[in-house]
Amino acid sequence: MVAITTPTRAKRPADETLVAPRSYLGEVRVRFMTKRAGVGALGVLAVIAVTAVAAPLLTPHDPLAGRATERLLPIGAAGHLLGTDEQGRDMLTRLLYAGRLSLVTGTMPVLIATILGTAIGATAGYLRGPLGAVLMRSMDMLYAFPAVMLAIAVAASLGPGVNNSILAISIVFIPPIARVAEAATRRVVLLEYIEAARLSGASTARIIVSQVLANIFNPIFVYASGLVGLSIVIASGLSFLGLGAAPPTPEWGYMLNSLRGAIYTQPWVAVLPGLFIFATSMACNVVSDALRDALDVKDA
Amino acid sequence: MATPTGTPVSTSTTWGSTTGFSTQSPRELVHADVLLRVAGLSKDFPVRLGVRARGVLSAVDNVSFAVRAGTTVGIVGESGCGKSTTARLILGLIEPDRGSIEFEGVDIRTLDRVQRRAVKRNMQMVFQDPYSALNPRMSVGASIAFPMAVHGMPRKEQRERTAMLLQQVGLHPNHASYYPHQMSGGQRQRVNIARALALEPRLVIADEAVSALDKSVQAQVLNLLTDLQERLGLTYLFISHDLNVVQYVADRVIVMYLGQVVEDCPSDELYARPLHPYTQALLASIPDIDPDRPAPAGLEGDVPSPLNPPSGCRFRTRCPAAMAVCGEERPELLEAEPGHLVACHLFDRASPARAAPEPAQGVAMANA
Repeated sequence: MVAITTPTRAKRPADETLVAPRSYLGEVRVRFMTKRAGVGALGVLAVIAVTAVAAPLLTPHDPLAGRATERLLPIGAAGHLLGTDEQGRDMLTRLLYAGRLSLVTGTMPVLIATILGTAIGATAGYLRGPLGAVLMRSMDMLYAFPAVMLAIAVAASLGPGVNNSILAISIVFIPPIARVAEAATRRVVLLEYIEAARLSGASTARIIVSQVLANIFNPIFVYASGLVGLSIVIASGLSFLGLGAAPPTPEWGYMLNSLRGAIYTQPWVAVLPGLFIFATSMACNVVSDALRDALDVKDA
Repeated sequence: MATPTGTPVSTSTTWGSTTGFSTQSPRELVHADVLLRVAGLSKDFPVRLGVRARGVLSAVDNVSFAVRAGTTVGIVGESGCGKSTTARLILGLIEPDRGSIEFEGVDIRTLDRVQRRAVKRNMQMVFQDPYSALNPRMSVGASIAFPMAVHGMPRKEQRERTAMLLQQVGLHPNHASYYPHQMSGGQRQRVNIARALALEPRLVIADEAVSALDKSVQAQVLNLLTDLQERLGLTYLFISHDLNVVQYVADRVIVMYLGQVVEDCPSDELYARPLHPYTQALLASIPDIDPDRPAPAGLEGDVPSPLNPPSGCRFRTRCPAAMAVCGEERPELLEAEPGHLVACHLFDRASPARAAPEPAQGVAMANA
C-alpha cells in the first residue's frame, strides 16, 4: 500500500539524541556482581579452571611418574605441598591435572544435554498434540530411572572410557532439561507476541527459534548450570567404579578410589580429591543460584 | 496523489518484486466497498466437563457482518461474548468450524496456504496487553522488523522502515534499541501498533487495544489510531468492552451477546436509539459522573453458560421484554430500519411477535 517517506506529523520526544539504556546482559552483569557468594564461587571456579589449564607451568612434577621411595607422604612434606599418593606421585600435580578432565566431564554432558533437551522440549511444548506427547512420554521413561543408576547402566553397556561416560551422563540429563524446556515453552506460547509472530506469517520453526528460545533460555540455563556440579560428581562416581577415565590418567573420582586403601595411614591425603569434587560442584551450584537471581531482571 | 487503479490489491499479489511493498497512495481505497465480509462464522470449543463427560462451548455462533474499507467497525459486548474469538477466527489464529471470511471478495478459507499467507499479510492485529504482546528478549526494533524479515525484506530497508514506523507512532527512531521493559505501557502500545503496521496491512484488528492503559494514555493512543487511519487509509475492526471508547472511534458498531450478533448499526444511531433490549441495558449501565442521573439499573442475573445456551434467543433469560416466541425461535439478524440490523423478535415483522405490543412500547417498557 503506502510507503510514507516524509517526516510525519506525529509528535516526537523532545530529546532528539535519545540514547539506549543499558542492555539486558549489562543489567544481568551488574546484578550478578552484587551477589557476593556468587562472585566468590565464580572466583573459585576460575581458579580451578586456570590452574587446571596452566598445571604444567605451576608444578615441576610429572602427574604420571611416581617415586617408590616417596609413597604416601603427608601434606606439607618437603617438595610435595599436598603429599604424594600410593605410587609416590605428587598429589597437587595430579589434582590440578585432574581438573582438566573434570572440567570436560562437568560441562560437556550438560552442553550436549542442553542442546538436545531444549530442542525436544521446545518442540513438544510448542506443538503439543500426539508428537509432543510421544516425545515427552519417552523422556519420562528415561526419567523413571535414578540418575546415577541410569548413568552406570549406559556407561557399563558402552564400555569404560571418558567419551562413553560423557555420553552416558548426557543421556541422563536430557529428560529433565527437556521437561524444563517444555514447561517453559508451554508458558511462552500462550503469550500474545507468539500470536503476533504467527500473524506475520512466520513458520513454526522460525517462531520457535526466534521467539521462543530466547524466552525459555533463563530457566533452562539456570537448571543446566546447576547440573554441572552433579555431572562432575557422577563422572567421578563412574571413574571410581572403573567406568570412566582409565588409569593412570589423573581423575578425581579414580584418585579417590585408588587412595581408599590409604585412608587409615594418610587420611588427609586420601580425602583431597573428594574435597576438590565438593568444592567444584558446590561452586557450580552457588554460581547457578546467583545467576538465577541475576537473570530475573524483569519480564523474564 | 497516485492514480486510482480501481481494483484493490489482488490476492495473488507477488511478494517477490524487490520487497513486495507497493507504493500506492492510501487514499484511493478509502471509499471503496466492503473490505471484509464475515458470514455465518461459528466456532465451538470441545471441553471436558469431567472424567468422561464432554461438552461443547459455543464461543461464536453464526456471526455475520461487513466492514467497509476505510471505516472503523466496533465490536462491543461483555467479556466472554466471543469478541476476541471472532477476531482470532478472522485472522486465522483459530480455525473456524463454519462460515466464510471474505477479504476483498475472496473467501480466505478456500485459498491454499501460499495464497492465504499473501492475503493474511493485509490483516494485522494490535493486542490487548502491552506487556505480553512484545517479546521481552527482543529489542523494540527487532520486534517491529520481524514481520518484514519474515517476508524477505532486505536488512537495510527493514531498519529504515522501522525508524519510519517508530516516528509514525510518535516515538524516536532510537527507541529501536530499547527493550520492552524499559518503556511505559503507552510507549509499548505504540510499538505494538508500529509492528502491526510493518507489513502495510489494510485491515487492523484492535483487540481491546487501549483497555490496559490509563485514561489519559488511552486518549493519546486512540488519537494516534485515528490519525494513522486518516493518513494510511486503514480499516479498523475495533474490539472493546468500553462503550465510550467505541463511540469515540467507530463508524459502525456491532453488539455481541453470548457469541451472537444482536445489533449492528451506525455508531451514532446505536447510542441515540438502541433497539435491542440488551443494547439498551448495556448503554444504561455506562457509569456517569452526573450525580443527578439515577444509578444504572443493570440486568438481572448472570450471562448464561455458553456450554448450554438458552434455546431460541440467547438473551431471553435476562430480557425484560421476553415473550413466548423468544424461547422457541431464534431471532434472525434483520434490518429493522435502513442500515440498522437487530436480532430480536420485537422487530421481526414476520414473526408471531407481531401479535405482541408495538415494538417501541415493548422497548420502552423494557427500558423503564
